[in-house]
Amino acid sequence: MEFWNPNIERLPEDELKQLQERKLRRLVENAFEYSSFYKERFGSAGISPNDIRSLEDLPKLPFTHKTDLRDTYPTGMFSVPQRQIVRFHVSSGTTGVPTVVGYTTNDIDVWSTCLARSLTACGLGRGDVVQVAYGYGLFTGGLGLHYGVEKIGATVLPIGAGSTSRQVSLMRDLGTTAMACTPSYLLHIGEVAESMKVDVASQTKLRVGILGAEPWSLESRKRIEQSLGITAYDIYGTSEMSGPLFTECSAQNGIHAWADHFLLEIIDDHGRPVEQGKKGELVVTTLSKEALPLIRYRMGDITSLVWEECECGRTHPKIMRVQGRVDDMIVIRGINVFPSQIESVLLQIPEVGDHFQIVVDRVGPLDVMTVKVEVTESALSDRIGALILLEERIAKQLQEVLMVNAKVELVERGTLPRSSGKSQKVIDLREV
Amino acid sequence: MVQNKILKQITLFAENKPGRLTSATKILSENGINIRAFTIADTGEFGIIRFVVNDADAALRHLQKAGFTVSETEVLGLEMSDTPGALFEISRALSENGINVDYAYAYASTAPGKAILILQASDLSKAADLLTERGFPLVQLSP
Repeated sequence: MEFWNPNIERLPEDELKQLQERKLRRLVENAFEYSSFYKERFGSAGISPNDIRSLEDLPKLPFTHKTDLRDTYPTGMFSVPQRQIVRFHVSSGTTGVPTVVGYTTNDIDVWSTCLARSLTACGLGRGDVVQVAYGYGLFTGGLGLHYGVEKIGATVLPIGAGSTSRQVSLMRDLGTTAMACTPSYLLHIGEVAESMKVDVASQTKLRVGILGAEPWSLESRKRIEQSLGITAYDIYGTSEMSGPLFTECSAQNGIHAWADHFLLEIIDDHGRPVEQGKKGELVVTTLSKEALPLIRYRMGDITSLVWEECECGRTHPKIMRVQGRVDDMIVIRGINVFPSQIESVLLQIPEVGDHFQIVVDRVGPLDVMTVKVEVTESALSDRIGALILLEERIAKQLQEVLMVNAKVELVERGTLPRSSGKSQKVIDLREV
Repeated sequence: MVQNKILKQITLFAENKPGRLTSATKILSENGINIRAFTIADTGEFGIIRFVVNDADAALRHLQKAGFTVSETEVLGLEMSDTPGALFEISRALSENGINVDYAYAYASTAPGKAILILQASDLSKAADLLTERGFPLVQLSP
């Protein structure tokens, strides 16, 4: 059993908790001193750093939300001056306002270190070739994995997403042993390989998949593992936390969340902590981040947390499978989409009504999103080309805001459900 | 322009699923509206059905009331002889004058040896004037 840092990864739970407590106290003190955002937030909650002495005091601290990042766009929640920031990443926001995250040199190092432990837990190390097919650029997936792979001394193939036949030929020619991408994209790569008469299981060295950034089921894990002859590990992390951070280990039963850098809670609908192992919303406090520390940040993901020693020997808590969202966010090809974003685009297009329905399906291995909108009488032309152009124009505007392709379908007025509930607005036909 | 010779056409938006044409024509039938000509254009997911009827205003009203997405547009109705070369003469006259035909559909007239052409063009009033000038009679489909 390989470890990146056995001392910390196998540290007993009580010692980890002592470490968390120390770091939490320092985090709150620093936030109070250096962050005008948190100073004000703590002030209005009547909290001073002295109130936070132990982990039991954590619930006294107010939550932070994605909307806080948006409301303080671009860098209002940063705790260090810009001269200490060595990198930005930007994700698309819920109503067109993007979310900006920043990193100090130390933040990048902690991020890479977390991934180094995780990738090692997936059995990777020097000699491996890791093909990073997550998007590079403003998305945290590509560069995050890239730094993690370099940290463990493996070879990184920074191909990014897309050009699938090239993914296959380089995988074969350069001896790729691990693919890092979304599970649906790996299935697609597998299909393209088949059409290129490349049998991944017997003609490549691929043995590991580091898969995440979208929901996937145990069934699709089984399908991926069997069809490609690999072991597929789940990976978790969002741009607010840094990026992709934590993975499963050889036990493939829960994602090890490095407790020396992140303090995790699960809360119920009323914001109260739940018992260990019970389902609820994941809340994250960053214990080491400098540029953009987050205190009790609501992730919106529904999962459970188990803190017990794993059969792999690691002692850190495990995030069990993510079972859904508290909000109406949907994940399309690794990109977060909120129905409110679609609404804001449609409101600016007089030719269609405000009602819409999102249908998400998986065509082959790829997510396809269709947005149904009602055409208004004033927009109804006797020239069908005008209606096709209208569909294309809406699709283009949606793409600009969502950063993901959407197919637009005009429907008759009065046919879409009027309720605002997610179950009616979003029809997810994907079997995950 | 020969304003009284412009025809009103009903355009109806319909998703491409069974029963849509049935429900729309049922409304027309129940209200005693006679369809003189019609055509369907479709994209696969949706289509538009264009009707020329004996009472366009009534058709529009009843279809709207039944919840259909409908609109009224102007087209030309043109009588032509049901003989070789008739459409050629009309389209030549239009193209020589830089008028583009957006769509057209035809049906046999009740008058023997005649056909009626329904036509939408890039410049409808110019087309109407031109065709009248060239001696093609524009028709009105009155109740």
